[in-house]
Amino acid sequence: MIRDLEDKTVPEKRILLNKADEIDPGDIQSYEAQGGFSALKKALDMSAEAVTEEVKASGLRGRGGAGFPCGVKWELAMKSPGDTKYLICNADEGEVGTFKDRYILQHNPFSLLEGMAITAYAIGAGKAYIYLRAEYRYLLEGLQKAISQCEEKGFLKDLKIEIREGAGAYICGEESALMNSIEGKRGESRFRPPFPPQSGLFEKPTIINNVETLANVPPIMEKGSAWYAAMGTEQSKGTKLFCVSGDVEKPGVYEMELGSSLRELVENLAGAKDIGWVQVGGSTGAIIPSGRLETTLSYETVLGSGAVMVFNQSRDVIDFVYRTMEFLNEESCGKCTPCREGTEVMVEVLGRLVSGEGVSGDIEVLQELSETMKVSSLCGLGQTAPIPVLDSLKYFRENYENRISQSVLLRSLKAING
Amino acid sequence: MERNELLGVIKEEQEKNGYVSEGAMADVAEGFGVTVGEVYGVTTFYSFLSTKPLGRHVIRICKSVPCFLQNGEGLAASIEKEIGIGPGETTADGRFTFEQTNCIGACDQAPAMLLDDVVYGNLTPGKIKEILQSCD
Repeated sequence: MIRDLEDKTVPEKRILLNKADEIDPGDIQSYEAQGGFSALKKALDMSAEAVTEEVKASGLRGRGGAGFPCGVKWELAMKSPGDTKYLICNADEGEVGTFKDRYILQHNPFSLLEGMAITAYAIGAGKAYIYLRAEYRYLLEGLQKAISQCEEKGFLKDLKIEIREGAGAYICGEESALMNSIEGKRGESRFRPPFPPQSGLFEKPTIINNVETLANVPPIMEKGSAWYAAMGTEQSKGTKLFCVSGDVEKPGVYEMELGSSLRELVENLAGAKDIGWVQVGGSTGAIIPSGRLETTLSYETVLGSGAVMVFNQSRDVIDFVYRTMEFLNEESCGKCTPCREGTEVMVEVLGRLVSGEGVSGDIEVLQELSETMKVSSLCGLGQTAPIPVLDSLKYFRENYENRISQSVLLRSLKAING
Repeated sequence: MERNELLGVIKEEQEKNGYVSEGAMADVAEGFGVTVGEVYGVTTFYSFLSTKPLGRHVIRICKSVPCFLQNGEGLAASIEKEIGIGPGETTADGRFTFEQTNCIGACDQAPAMLLDDVVYGNLTPGKIKEILQSCD
């Protein structure tokens, strides 16, 4: 149950959120009345290869953050030998500032389930899991009910969908850690290769896609890949859900065509004023200073999970980077040294900068560590953790330098005053 | 029982007794034919599982950046004031456990918290007081 949730969605190009207001998430008939499940019927009349080909041609890429071409991934799983294959829906939406999957699960769970049914047919999976984060337990009942209604209507004849709940771990949004968690283990990342389409859950070929990615599948099947590929940019097709939060008048989920400008989203739609910087893509996302708001939102530029956090000019960038690093340090699974120890040292260095105890050489330590973590961490967490550090150093280096010189001055004064 | 059910069984234990005791971990280990260390390893990996008894109600206030920007810290302070304990602690009467948590995906209603399984958003000190007072 959500309290005080006002619907502030003002999407500029509604595909996923199209007719969302007219659909009752507790009643499958309201979804069917809007043409729901016609895409599944269409897909089942095609060969699995043709369905995969259609999705491949649409240019749909993963919406969870990594952006891997969806159809290519399916093809790999489809061609992997073996009769047992799994489909996993990643509903472990833990990326800071991201709440779009929650929105789909809350308002239109049927679109996700229809997308899952089509995907399972394409890759030849008879069993699917939805990995739902523990923080979203209040969505569990509604989702289960939606699954039951799909079963009763006969839409899941060849597919068993099981919900598996997380237990509180950001890293489980990372695909290999998530699979470990479904297997009942600690949610630690796995070394790759092998990649999930070859050997994933229970060492079987597995396709793991984000909620939003799967929800894109029905409209693609219904209206065709050409229609979908006409939207967006060269390498970023379709629309994207953006989650705007922070210093804005109207936080919420906005759906825009990929390639739209960041300024249009944060200023025109969400009503941000006096912007200092924006972080796009979540805790490890890129920092865009106010002078670069014309930046477009796409896989070629910046995107990530679609989290867009806005900071006004009164905010302290070092404090923000420190808090972000604290989060990453806490959520690092601890398996590989560069991430476990690297985030620890970064918290220490950033912490002393925040509290006015910086020393000369701190910037260099951060830079050197960043390079090491980027190339030697096991998974995306450690590899991308340095991004906010490096970006803030790129655009706000003066703040760091000033903080260090102030720290040195403060210490000298203390020494003089005894 | 199959190995992949281990996490689910630990979660059930947590829900039934409010925490996962050493005895429970030993029993689960025996049931699955794995070491106690393995069960402990899984239990302590996840932040929603606890090896110490929790209160009847668990408050998890979000401390991530979007909530921080909307005075999340001030609200954490008002919870402390209201129930007299700090983060990581449980009240003596076993009514509340107070925790600070990472992003709960309610950034559009920041500052937000989870009280047991329910999300409360757009919090103010007054609202927090009211919500906590309504708990048994």
